Amino acid sequence: MQAAPQADHGLSPSHSLEHKARGVATRRGLFDPEILRQAAKDAFRKLNPMVQMRNPVMFVVLVGTVVTFVEALRHPDKFTWGITIWLALTVLFANFAEAVAEGRGKAQADTLRKMRSDTDARRLLQNGGEERVAAAQLVKGDCVVCEAGDIIPSDGEVIQGVASVDESAITGESAPVIRESGGDRSAVTGGTKVLSDRIVVQITAEPGHTFMDRMISLVEGANRQKTPNEIALTILLAALTIVFLPVVVSLEPFGRYSGSTVSVVVLVALLVCLIPTTIGALLSAIGIAGMDRLVQRNVLAMSGRAVEAAGDVQTLLLDKTGTITLGNRMASAFLPVGGHSETELADAAQLASLADETPEGRSIVVLAKERFGLRERELSGEHSFVPFSATTRMSGLDVGGREIRKGAAEAVRQWVSSKTGTIPKELDQVVERVARAGSTPLAVADGKEILGVIELKDVVKQGIKERFADLRAMGIRTVMITGDNPLTAAAIAQEAGVDDYLAEATPETKMELIKAEQQDGKLVAMTGDGTNDAPALAQADVGVAMNTGTTAAKEAGNMVDLDSNPTKLIEVVEIGKQLLITRGALTTFSIANDVAKYFAIIPALFVATYPQLGALNIMRLHSPASAVLSAVIFNALVIIALIPLALRGVRFKATSAAAILRRNVAIYAVGGIITPFIFIKLIDMVLTATRLY
Amino acid sequence: MGLLWTLVVLVVAMAISWRFLGSYLVAVYDGKTSWLGFIERPLYRILRVDPKVEQSWQRYGGALIVFSGVAILVTYGMLRLQGSLPLNPQHLPGVTPALSFNTAVSFVTNTNWQNYAGGSTMSYLSQMGALAVQNFVSAAVGIAVAVALIRGFARKGSSTIGNFWVDTTRGVLYVLIPIAFLAGLVFVAQGALQTLGGPVHIHDALNGMSQTIPRGPVASQEAIKQLGTNGGGYFNANGADPFENPTGLTNLLSIVLLLAIPVALTYTFGKMVGSVRQGVAVLAAMTIIFGTWVGFTVAAEHGPNPAVAAAGLVHQPTGNMEGKETRFGDTSSALYNAASTQTSTGSVDSSADSYTPIGGFGMLSGMMLGEISPGGVGSGLYTILLFAIMAVFLGGLMVGRTPEYLGKKIQSKEVKLAALGVLVMPITVLVLTAIAVAIPAGRAGPLNKGPQGFSEILYAFTSQANNNGSAFAGLNANTAFYNITGSIAMLLGRFAIIVPVLALAGTLGSKSLVPTSTGTFRTDTPLFVGLLIGVILIVGGLTFFPGIALGPIVEQLSHGKLF
Repeated sequence: MQAAPQADHGLSPSHSLEHKARGVATRRGLFDPEILRQAAKDAFRKLNPMVQMRNPVMFVVLVGTVVTFVEALRHPDKFTWGITIWLALTVLFANFAEAVAEGRGKAQADTLRKMRSDTDARRLLQNGGEERVAAAQLVKGDCVVCEAGDIIPSDGEVIQGVASVDESAITGESAPVIRESGGDRSAVTGGTKVLSDRIVVQITAEPGHTFMDRMISLVEGANRQKTPNEIALTILLAALTIVFLPVVVSLEPFGRYSGSTVSVVVLVALLVCLIPTTIGALLSAIGIAGMDRLVQRNVLAMSGRAVEAAGDVQTLLLDKTGTITLGNRMASAFLPVGGHSETELADAAQLASLADETPEGRSIVVLAKERFGLRERELSGEHSFVPFSATTRMSGLDVGGREIRKGAAEAVRQWVSSKTGTIPKELDQVVERVARAGSTPLAVADGKEILGVIELKDVVKQGIKERFADLRAMGIRTVMITGDNPLTAAAIAQEAGVDDYLAEATPETKMELIKAEQQDGKLVAMTGDGTNDAPALAQADVGVAMNTGTTAAKEAGNMVDLDSNPTKLIEVVEIGKQLLITRGALTTFSIANDVAKYFAIIPALFVATYPQLGALNIMRLHSPASAVLSAVIFNALVIIALIPLALRGVRFKATSAAAILRRNVAIYAVGGIITPFIFIKLIDMVLTATRLY
Repeated sequence: MGLLWTLVVLVVAMAISWRFLGSYLVAVYDGKTSWLGFIERPLYRILRVDPKVEQSWQRYGGALIVFSGVAILVTYGMLRLQGSLPLNPQHLPGVTPALSFNTAVSFVTNTNWQNYAGGSTMSYLSQMGALAVQNFVSAAVGIAVAVALIRGFARKGSSTIGNFWVDTTRGVLYVLIPIAFLAGLVFVAQGALQTLGGPVHIHDALNGMSQTIPRGPVASQEAIKQLGTNGGGYFNANGADPFENPTGLTNLLSIVLLLAIPVALTYTFGKMVGSVRQGVAVLAAMTIIFGTWVGFTVAAEHGPNPAVAAAGLVHQPTGNMEGKETRFGDTSSALYNAASTQTSTGSVDSSADSYTPIGGFGMLSGMMLGEISPGGVGSGLYTILLFAIMAVFLGGLMVGRTPEYLGKKIQSKEVKLAALGVLVMPITVLVLTAIAVAIPAGRAGPLNKGPQGFSEILYAFTSQANNNGSAFAGLNANTAFYNITGSIAMLLGRFAIIVPVLALAGTLGSKSLVPTSTGTFRTDTPLFVGLLIGVILIVGGLTFFPGIALGPIVEQLSHGKLF
């Protein structure tokens, strides 16, 4: 498992948009002037009825606009024209909202496209020769040569050689990575740059289906399909639109029976005000913006469905290393045995670690210095370092006839025994105690003597415990996955505050766990990077593959994290939830708005026949014409006003469902009833001031 | 008995019914009781039904449609041919085709809209063999559909929702007949008629006038009319007729009977889905709406009649007694009518047409909310569950999860079916009312002009599309136009809701159960009750506000002015 590039990435409590723009994430703001200009143009382009058909609510508004337009041509008056113009604006505002949401993705796709074009490749021929071809001509199975300075022309596997590769074009991470044939680090991505050495790459992607191509179409939202929940909501909105048709159409005969004639224009205005135009206009923008929020965090979701599923996740499988603990273990204590002093032990441990450049080794040197003032020293005289090897499982130093070793307790014990040294009887207890606490014991020996044990502690990331508490409040169960033994796993699980753990995990046990959770009806999210993670990634409802991982892993998951930061899974879940909440909140707001619109329009409709109905004009709107127009104008302007909310998502705080609901009902249901009363009145006052109506 | 004591008795009776009838219903529909097995088993042999074999929702629905279709045909035939059939001491002729059809549809759909005066139109055989039989089975069908939907929520990965024939048979046998029998005895004891002795002829020698008073088996029908939320009276005056509803006690018993099963079903629901609290939440929403509507209807009728007040008589200590029986008084009458319009019963013990505008609005709008407070037997529960699904969908989204209700994910299919079931009624009412006020055949119906006339038409279609059956009066509905459009309203209001509900039962039953966690949107809390009430009021309000504005609201704001 790759360690997180930034230890506390994603743990900051702020979920603001001030995110470091790297990789596909752009520095452009949501409302960049260039994007807004383009969106304004697109708003007109989207007037095409075939495009509008996809959105039943806005299609009705478009048809209504045509009807009032014809009426305006037949009986031109300022009221009919006013209604027509504002209905047209309603449609345009909806198109504009969608275009703005798409804008940033389009801009990013353009940048990526520029990068991809015009790459040449050196294809290897059967006879061993080479030919120059355009990258677009490469097919699966071709072999190409890339040397320092070359752009890798397409996705592939390194089959020969090793090279350092700059993947910043995709990940934004400027530090080069090593790619070599065989193993889990053989995958290369088209569009990245070889910095040193020479590799032979076998192409694994057909033209047009490379990772870069997929990335472009994803950020652009080209193949965006409605997600299951979006479809369900569209059905509800369509049903609400259908039911208001007879409500409005029946008003004509109702009115005639009561002795008043109702104009078609007013009926259309009423219909548009009643059908859920606010959410209808913003629905697709909300979905696109949700995907965009992920892209801003350098996560590519293969489908909107995956983002939605993320909001439903009930079980999170988190790898211990890099997610829950900092990747490296740190020395935390010197535990002497056999009557040796702590200083003696620390001194030997430091000597043994001087040449050890691993983070663990450095942490031993630092601890000895901090605790006992032992300086790092220059070794004088004859000395040789003994490097760590998988067979000895020890490392150390031979100096002045002393043989100092540190390593796995069992290995050191054997080494000492082979030298006919004695093993202190409390050694086993100490080792056991350290392991039970979730730490790793390293024994230190000086010749025949075992001096003691260094405790290497797995350091749980700061703030992660609070994060898990938040998740628990949201009803999400966290399961830590680790290769450690159950003893160690239990201790770390307790310290980190996860709900459960899977110790000595293998790809098979991981898969079983996922299936068991799904059997109970739960949705499971996990991260993974190795080829052996691929089946589990495919089985999980949300599988986030690390970009550093293998091609198999990336294809199995339904999201790819370009930063390869497993902690981000938590953010992905929150973005999924925020997306659904935004939809629900704006739908509720949209429907709640209708109450005020009725109170504006119904008295205006019939007050000529039944002056008593003036009592329902509780907003005291100036005239029937100004009342209807005010409602229509409010209905159009509220779309523009809510675009920022739709694109950013409603504020999300990790807490219980009950608390979230209370807050959102208060703001969007109660607020949705009150707000239009205020603004329709204000618009009416403005209209009255113009003396036009 | 004052209003306070009436309410106390009512609450106690409802609590008993909720807890004990509710759990008895669980036993009946789970097949846990068989004390009438000696009748039940032979019945299945005759019907060639294997009670152990369950049906998919399609087969369940198919059986229901076939059964109801046959019931309409048989009822229609019996009414048409009653002149040549026995038990017809008044020698009444066969009923006309349009009226026979309307009446057959009306009783099979549990509506009991009556475009006729029962005592002088229907023979004993028609009353007992055609209409009363439908009072039993249509009620049992309604409960069966509700139980099927409950099973959909309670089961997981199931392809069946029960057996229609078993559910309907057990509903009639174990629930309706025993309770109706006991209640019928009380009605008889209180003086309701129960005879096959034919009409009584009276000659008033003093005034030189003769009168024929129809009699019949009234008490037995009265009990099931209330218990099954049918509402069709034996006589034209319905619950105001002393032969049907002789005393204050029978009046109160009627209210208890018509609320008993709809209320008890909320317990059954909670018990069967594994959480009584869920049923309590639904009952709470029903009760709050019921209480509010009863409250302002009773208050309006207890207050002065605005038309009389406008004429100068401001002090009216007896409340609005126009069209009310003195043996019941203003508040008991208003309570009876409000309860009957909110349970899809539609029986009345006072004239709705004579209610104050607000009182009339109470009865009309009670139905417009979809008959969910607590609604008809079975239909009240399944309709409010459709609203609950819509409330869950909105509320569930607002907590950031794919919405789920009772562990079942609410996805596009469920939303589609719930929206269909909820919106059929308002669309039917609005379209038919619009047609009626637009064409001469419809305009000829109402007795009054202006908003009152409009209210009469709107009320008629609202009542029929909600399978309520109460009439505002003042509308001459025994015409070809109203008989046919009314039948359409009743059929759509019944079956266009039942079919989506059964489909919903099928799709929910086949789903797996999502375990609950703190991230789950709770549906057994006051917040959800509020949300559910909000959705019901918003849907009802938004669809009917214009109609209400042109009817009762105009009238109310006119302060007694007559049009």
